[in-house]
Amino acid sequence: MSGFARPLKIALGLAIIAALIIVPMNFNRYGLFILSQWAVMSIAAMGLNLTLGYAGQVSLAQGAFVGIGAYAAAIMTTHGWPLPAAILVAIGLSFAIGWVLGYPALRVQHHYLAFVTLAFSTLAFLVFRNESWLTGGIYGISNIPRPHIFGIATNKPLPFYYVCLGSLAIVSLAVWWLIRSPWGRAFMALRENPLRAQSLGVDTRRYTLMAFAIGSALGGAAGALYAPLTQYIDPVPFNLSLSLDLLLMVIVGGAGFYFGPFLGAMIAVLLPEWLRFTEGYYLMLYAVAVMLLLIWSPTGILGILDRYLAERRTKAASALRAVAKSRLETVQ
Amino acid sequence: MSSLFDLLVAGLATGAIYALVAVGFTLLWQTSQTINFAQGEFVMLPAFLMLAAMHVGAPFWLAIILGILLSMILLGLAFKLLLVDPMMRHGVLPLAIATMALAIGIKEAVKQFFSAEASPFPSIVPTGDVSILGHAVSLQSIGVLAVAILAVLGLTTLLNRTSLGHQMQAAAQNPTVARIIGVPVERMILLTFLINAFLVALASLLITPIYLAKFSSGEVLGQAAFIAAIVGGFNQVRGAIVGGLLIGVLDNLAAAYVSTQYRAAVPMIFLIAVILFRPQGLLGRAEERTV
Repeated sequence: MSGFARPLKIALGLAIIAALIIVPMNFNRYGLFILSQWAVMSIAAMGLNLTLGYAGQVSLAQGAFVGIGAYAAAIMTTHGWPLPAAILVAIGLSFAIGWVLGYPALRVQHHYLAFVTLAFSTLAFLVFRNESWLTGGIYGISNIPRPHIFGIATNKPLPFYYVCLGSLAIVSLAVWWLIRSPWGRAFMALRENPLRAQSLGVDTRRYTLMAFAIGSALGGAAGALYAPLTQYIDPVPFNLSLSLDLLLMVIVGGAGFYFGPFLGAMIAVLLPEWLRFTEGYYLMLYAVAVMLLLIWSPTGILGILDRYLAERRTKAASALRAVAKSRLETVQ
Repeated sequence: MSSLFDLLVAGLATGAIYALVAVGFTLLWQTSQTINFAQGEFVMLPAFLMLAAMHVGAPFWLAIILGILLSMILLGLAFKLLLVDPMMRHGVLPLAIATMALAIGIKEAVKQFFSAEASPFPSIVPTGDVSILGHAVSLQSIGVLAVAILAVLGLTTLLNRTSLGHQMQAAAQNPTVARIIGVPVERMILLTFLINAFLVALASLLITPIYLAKFSSGEVLGQAAFIAAIVGGFNQVRGAIVGGLLIGVLDNLAAAYVSTQYRAAVPMIFLIAVILFRPQGLLGRAEERTV
């Protein structure tokens, strides 16, 4: 996105933030739910983008972490704990499990890793479904309360939307800082060439585990918001297809681009609503669109934009060079 | 409670089908580095093509032929030309993800254009039991096992005994050298796609009478075939066969002896163990790491 002038970018960003705050005030209950869902899925996709897009580790388990976070939050808040405490526990739990899941990534890569994480997804789903003493089994957990934030009840859709949006803002800032920190650069070194990264003194072991753990923790955070958002959870939403959906969100938006997950989540959550008129055909259209997009640009939507801007920059630079050259010649 | 013998026979029969699907999967990987996440849907679709042919009045045998031909055109030729070829230069991951989208597309198309309900499917093998060693064994299990073994034997003979098979192996192992010694590598790759399409159609024909034709049946099948391929060795045809049989038997034993609730977990845990301790698979070769 570096083709625009800086003030323009800041203005654009502020306009989008203002729109996200003001426009939904007139939305109905359903519109607010969809938008809150977008915020929650953006958080989960941002986590996967760290693992996949920045550190290059394929994971098909992000949906399972959303489930772990959701169950942690649901169980705790229905037992009277406040939501912020539940979110912290969800983050801590997902971080720890994500760290452990990172160990296979130290041994295997690519498709093998995809299948280890896929297996983990399936196992997590089985635990959600079968351990009914804890998770309510197929009946799930209902009446999940929404929190009071600074003494304000967030039972209504609009205040809870602001809770989701605020959480998204906090996570966005944290991720922004993280990818600019030495950690983020170590992640990218890991993605580009693990062996070279190691020879340059990057502790690849530690950063691989970290990439998994932090990415999973954000999945857990998203889940902890998802539970009070829907106020009812059962195992079905957290099956393998959520993991696949999240992966598609990251790829479609643009893996390794900061704004990729926002865009990918928007397409995955809002597109079904826009394509409602096509009724049963929407998923088919979505699948075809994803395939065409990937053929055209494997780096997703932001990849197209990035290429376009890079081309424009090169053209501008060569134009400048031409001018400079002709001037140089006239001087001589 | 069925006896161990019955469980083994039934397990081998399903395992043989997994093996067919897994073999095609490893063939695609070897010749074109294609990980086909839609492989399960590839097995689901031919049954519906055959059902559609029967709906417009074709007799069963004609429907089978049409179904196999159509699946070779759609899942072999069109899949390679329209999706794999344009994506090849982008590397393994984007293509793998494109096949995930393809899986969604196929599933939804069947649901939308055919039916969301499960449809019965005629069996090519007569039903009934025969007595072997004092056990009643269903003819269906024996038939499935026999057809699958014949198919696999045919394929391994093709690969190992004929010059076409040798050319295919050369193209898979070292495309550059194969090209230099005059192997039409592109044609060999296309051939593996057609073989894969044929194998999934055959698997579809064998498994659908047992589990009914349903748009969502590909998920379980695809997963079982992936596990089989990885457990056996991703780069070995015989690895995929062993892996398929192993997973089929394990799955059946798990259903009987482990809790039915965690039945699906047993192959998964086995998979994780194999990946962690022998990532190249039980029969696989280690692949070199590129810097």
